[in-house]
Amino acid sequence: MSTVTDTPPTRRRDQHRPKLSDRARAERALGWKLAGPAFVIMLAVTAYPILQAVWLSFFRYRLTDPDSREFIFLSNYSVIFTDPLFYQALWNTVFITVVTVAVELVLGFAIAMLMHRIVLPRRTLRTIVLIPYSIITVVSAFAWLYSFRTDTGYVNGWLNTLTFGAWDASFDWFGSWLPAMGVIMISEIWKTTPFMSLLLLAGLAQIDGAMEEAAKVDGATFWQRLFKVVLPNMKAAIMVAVLFRTLDAFRIFDNVFVMTRGANNTETLSTLAYKQTIDRVEIGMGSALSVVLFLLVFAIALIFIRGFKVDLAGSK
Amino acid sequence: MSRHRSRSRVIVALCAASALVGLTACGGSEDSTRLTWYINPDGGGSNPEGKGQAQIAAQCTEQAGGAYSIEVQLLPNSASDQRQQLLRRLAGGDASVDLMSLDPPFIPEFSQAGFLAPVPEDMVETFTEDRVESSVTASTWNDELVTVPFWANTQLLWYRKSIAEAAGLDVEGGNVTWEQLVEAAESQGVTIGVQANRYEGYTVWINALIAGAGGEILVNPGPDLDDIELGLDSDAGRTAANIIRSVADAGVGGPSMGTSDETVALNLFQDPDTSGFLVNWPYVWAAFPANGVEFIDDIGWAVYPATSDEGDPAPPYGGISIGVGAFTEDPDLAYQAAECITNHEHQVLYMTGTGNPASRAAVFDEPEVVEQFPMADVIRESLEQAVPRPQTQFYGDLSTAIQREWSPPSGVTEDTPAQSATLIMQVLRGEALL
Repeated sequence: MSTVTDTPPTRRRDQHRPKLSDRARAERALGWKLAGPAFVIMLAVTAYPILQAVWLSFFRYRLTDPDSREFIFLSNYSVIFTDPLFYQALWNTVFITVVTVAVELVLGFAIAMLMHRIVLPRRTLRTIVLIPYSIITVVSAFAWLYSFRTDTGYVNGWLNTLTFGAWDASFDWFGSWLPAMGVIMISEIWKTTPFMSLLLLAGLAQIDGAMEEAAKVDGATFWQRLFKVVLPNMKAAIMVAVLFRTLDAFRIFDNVFVMTRGANNTETLSTLAYKQTIDRVEIGMGSALSVVLFLLVFAIALIFIRGFKVDLAGSK
Repeated sequence: MSRHRSRSRVIVALCAASALVGLTACGGSEDSTRLTWYINPDGGGSNPEGKGQAQIAAQCTEQAGGAYSIEVQLLPNSASDQRQQLLRRLAGGDASVDLMSLDPPFIPEFSQAGFLAPVPEDMVETFTEDRVESSVTASTWNDELVTVPFWANTQLLWYRKSIAEAAGLDVEGGNVTWEQLVEAAESQGVTIGVQANRYEGYTVWINALIAGAGGEILVNPGPDLDDIELGLDSDAGRTAANIIRSVADAGVGGPSMGTSDETVALNLFQDPDTSGFLVNWPYVWAAFPANGVEFIDDIGWAVYPATSDEGDPAPPYGGISIGVGAFTEDPDLAYQAAECITNHEHQVLYMTGTGNPASRAAVFDEPEVVEQFPMADVIRESLEQAVPRPQTQFYGDLSTAIQREWSPPSGVTEDTPAQSATLIMQVLRGEALL
């Protein structure tokens, strides 16, 4: 894998820079001119709302009652961190993230291997695999909701037939925590596994075929080749795929919103933040929750990049 | 080369399209006699000949003779989503919200936030004449009429005559209680379609049960947070909890009682195998033939079940009132339009066209209404007895907190009312999440 790049190893420690040449200075100025507008827009559309959310999170502020807006500093945060609902949502979010990312990694890798090996019909196969990912999440959530519901669904009917009647044909999938979470995760996995497999396919494609052949000649079995040659060589691609999916899964919203709206203790952090901000128009509390969610996502990214040394630039 | 050309063609097309959109948008704001009416979806959709709100808009435009024109915008399906969209527009000072179809429980919140233009004093009488009591109560906040009653809804008890007869239940003759219903459904192996999903419809049921037991969720409707006194932790609250629990325990609420809304309940009643009883809005009467129900002759209707032997039933109240946005350019014009929308002729049209009952009592005497709705009298009777949901600007929080504590119905106990009261107060004081 191309984690070994041409960047000089001393780049970060190089504090005493020599004076820039005219050309370097001109290039830097040109760079700012080219990238500057985009940089300013980025600041306007990301930094500004984030800072405003942080500011608003210090207030008790209800949109329908703007007159009683009150500065309460960290009170919203203390409510959040003492409320069992927050920990329930956090646990649900972590649970969904861990399960879906793990399943997607295994499934996605299998599909990537398949796509990598199969020569014909390569393009058709890759297109088919991508179909779930191209479907809007809300739409796929409704599709899964309707197929599992007791009145419109077919899943119960199938399970009932396949188990020769042992399965209760009127089982309410959304009536309790575990089955509801199960359907939410199935929908999530079905939808985003293609994304995972594409990222992994890119990693697979970068492995030098000669290494695998050499291992084969030396008598390595399939599993030995997989664990000793293939996986170590695509570690960066795997980590990037897992990072992207983890950040994505941690913000899960659509499936929960469409299927349960947080009923039966299936609340996640995003739906909780949505409820405070949009439903209750409690802008202060909602902002505080969003800030907490942001910090958690930020921490995950930091752990991956620092802890596992994921090189985002090198694995493109 | 050809690729390049086709791309530039696409760009030109995009620009043209956006220019067009921009122009129409500008055109809209320049014409001050054009009113936008945000409507909740009904049977007519946005079809100007669909006998719904869109047709009323078209007719009023015509009758106004150029004084104003009304254009409709569809709101989302669920009441909560409708509230959200209107709330966000109005919080942003959106002047395009001239008229809106408002669900009654949200009226205090909108009014208290200053999102409604005051009703002109000389029109108050016009807007309250001939209206059923509950519709005026629901359109009033702080002793002032703040919206215009348009249509008024109430739930009825729908039942299979054959099943009731087999169970020895005299539904038509007198007030049936929930206890009797559960017994009858259990003995006949049929279901009672109820709404117990974690959504607004569940609060409707809970409120009806508590009110039917002579209680109130909110003892003192009023604007101040400090004055709020809840009546959940009471005998009436516990009676309601017991009824819900008994429906769940007997298994007569259907296999997915905890996630059942109006549609799920209707499906349960339409299924010949499980069909027994149903509490639902009168729209179901039009839905039965449309959904190919074969036992329509066997379907009866009655006033909502009573909570106990002693008290009167307290049927749920719903419907729509017309609100005028606070930021509209010409509130007087909008109220003129509201007068046209809610006049007798249009309420007859709306009731016969969509199945949604009128707020004007005289509409129920119209021959075409009586012919189409054999239960018109029962609806009017039910509307006179109907009890609106608690009136408070914090209704959204109150309702959501109740739904949370009372879900799932199989987990409801005698402690649930008290727990929900505690949660509501914590949430309102900003001490808990919801």
